[in-house]
Amino acid sequence: MLFNLSLMALILPLIAGILAGFFGKKIGKLFTNFVTIFGVLVSLVISTYLLIIILETPSLIFNQNVYTWLEIGAYNFSIGLLVDNLTVSMMVIVNFISLMVHVYTIGYMHNDPGYHRFFCYISLFTFAMLSLVMANNFLQLFFGWEAVGVMSYLLIGFWYTKESAIKANFKAFIINRVGDMFLILGIALLFSLFGSLDYEQIFNNADSIKLQTIMLSPAWEVPSITLACLLLFGGAMGKSAQMPLHVWLPDSMEGPTPISALIHAATMVTAGVFMLARMSPLFELSASALSFVLIVGSVTAISTGLLGLVQYDIKRVIAYSTLSQLGYMVVAAGVSAYSASLFHLMTHAFFKALLFLAAGSVIVALHHEQDIRKMGGLRSKLPITYITSLIGSLALIGFPGFSGFFSKDALIEAVFHSDAYASDFAYYCVLIGVFVTSLYTFRLFFVVFHGQLKEENKHVKEPQLSILIPLIFLAIPSMLIAWPTVGPMVFNGFFSNSIIQPTSIDLFGYQYTDSYHFLTHSLSGPVVYIAILGILVTYFLYIIKTELPDKLAVIFKPFYQVLINKYYFDHLYENIFARFFNQLGKSLWNIGDIKFIDNFIVNGTAERVGYISNRLRQLQSGYIYHYALMMVLGLSVFLAWVVLKSVGLMS
Amino acid sequence: MLTLQSYLSLAAIIFAIGIIGIVINRKNIIIVMMCTELLLISVNFNFIAFSYFNQDIAGQIFVFFILTVAAAEAAIGLAILVALYRNKKSIDVQELKTLRN
Repeated sequence: MLFNLSLMALILPLIAGILAGFFGKKIGKLFTNFVTIFGVLVSLVISTYLLIIILETPSLIFNQNVYTWLEIGAYNFSIGLLVDNLTVSMMVIVNFISLMVHVYTIGYMHNDPGYHRFFCYISLFTFAMLSLVMANNFLQLFFGWEAVGVMSYLLIGFWYTKESAIKANFKAFIINRVGDMFLILGIALLFSLFGSLDYEQIFNNADSIKLQTIMLSPAWEVPSITLACLLLFGGAMGKSAQMPLHVWLPDSMEGPTPISALIHAATMVTAGVFMLARMSPLFELSASALSFVLIVGSVTAISTGLLGLVQYDIKRVIAYSTLSQLGYMVVAAGVSAYSASLFHLMTHAFFKALLFLAAGSVIVALHHEQDIRKMGGLRSKLPITYITSLIGSLALIGFPGFSGFFSKDALIEAVFHSDAYASDFAYYCVLIGVFVTSLYTFRLFFVVFHGQLKEENKHVKEPQLSILIPLIFLAIPSMLIAWPTVGPMVFNGFFSNSIIQPTSIDLFGYQYTDSYHFLTHSLSGPVVYIAILGILVTYFLYIIKTELPDKLAVIFKPFYQVLINKYYFDHLYENIFARFFNQLGKSLWNIGDIKFIDNFIVNGTAERVGYISNRLRQLQSGYIYHYALMMVLGLSVFLAWVVLKSVGLMS
Repeated sequence: MLTLQSYLSLAAIIFAIGIIGIVINRKNIIIVMMCTELLLISVNFNFIAFSYFNQDIAGQIFVFFILTVAAAEAAIGLAILVALYRNKKSIDVQELKTLRN
């Protein structure tokens, strides 16, 4: 029963997407809306039902193969479903955000020519994401991983006539390819170590290869588990946009806003974090891999946050915020606090989707204007968007009582109490990150909603209902979701049957009792005050002394230049990697293709044949005396041969 | 004393003249025909020389046949030549290259 239900939850968005894609245009918008929303809604209901069932009777979690996809000798590759607490909570999050985005899209895209295509894509994306989280083996994980990548590619380039969108989706695809190459290498390594791709078999036997090493070169031997973990994390770095593979995410904002909310903030980019948690039995065996994860995460958390300070595109600011928050989640995984990482993933999904959709609402209200310098004072014109944005922003910076507060605080607490290598460094990074977060969040908030209302924005009014309803529905969990869930999810081992948490209690310096005590306890730490200080500084800079930020930009010009150029990562990639591969491709094309294949092999053969036959043609002169000479010469040769043979001079 | 060798040498020389006449002749088709006759004559010479030195009359009989055939052949050749001249107004070998193409 449960198995069939969860299979249905997986398949329904696929069917809905196919129906909307093939028949939507012929039948009409109402049909498209109905099938896709119905598909995701049913999937959400099933996921919620599964969650409730599993909460009541934890023994009902299952790991079952649907069918065997491929059999090679003794190896079996199956398609299967693993439904446990981790999967179910991811399913609920994905389906909920997806549903909100579906509803929102009705309003946001209502006069776009690609309406049906869009619904088709987001439904298919939901399917791909669900198959990623429900996988019970690495092969299926990889399928979901690639499928969400493809949908992301298609959706970033949704407006395919726009050149910047095409460039952005290329960039996203190519950079994800770098990550995916690591992932598939990691999977291949695991397969060679364990002879299976099944999660259960690998995790159960993980201890057996603890001491095994692998020879990378005659002089360089590494523990195979560390190598496998680093390769897997390479995949996560691509998908979850960690430094230095983060450059695609800000550019992906070229896609429509609902996509930025669903794929590039709430669900797909968290796939890497999800994978880290899923692979916890492996990562726990390799302290060095975890430290690498920790360092990458903390560098990403702090440095990408700073970039958000200098952007003027409303969506890009939020995109950099997403990068920074993903860094936080990775940091938590790096100190083995997977549950805190997943908890932050969940709260982040809600409030970041909310922020993006609110930004989309502003964009629609201003007729697709994204530059925050052209906004300002929109508070009175867009009251609902204003309030929901405020909630989202407060949740993002971790204001006490909001969901982001609990998750971020638990996370930072875990880093503080960790004794992993580089955890001190990570701790300071995330603390400064908190300050930076509230700076860029409230900079955006104040610039967009406060200040002077621009003349051309006098007639702005709230967009239609289907845009506002998802905002409200997302604002509620952004505020409240953490109150009932922080206890079970982070401290009381809700995930204990899915992920390993070696020292979950020791990670935190105190015993958790309930959410309220957690809140009061956190007030004794620095995090909250840093966040509030950030708000005050931003208030001072952007409301009271509005000319100050520009002056600061002039004073700290070198630093500002570095930020505005995004640490020159794009320059680096364009000038070194892209140019190198361009040159390589060009020379292969010139030498290998044109010179060797075309000119030497294909044209060369024809040329030789032509040349030789041209020479042979000269023999046919048409003069009788030439032929006669040939005849005589030939005859003499034959005669000579016969004579010489007969006298025994030739054998 | 004339030996077989002298006769054969003479025949070979005549044969060579015939060949060279055909090959390096760039002008007149009649010379080609004459050279063909030279070739036949050199062969006849051989026949007669061998017939005499081997005391075998068959060689000399052969020569008669060859001469007859040669005469017939010369007649046909000249007839073709006349026809050719009527068609082309020329008997220049350099211009007779229609075997080409």
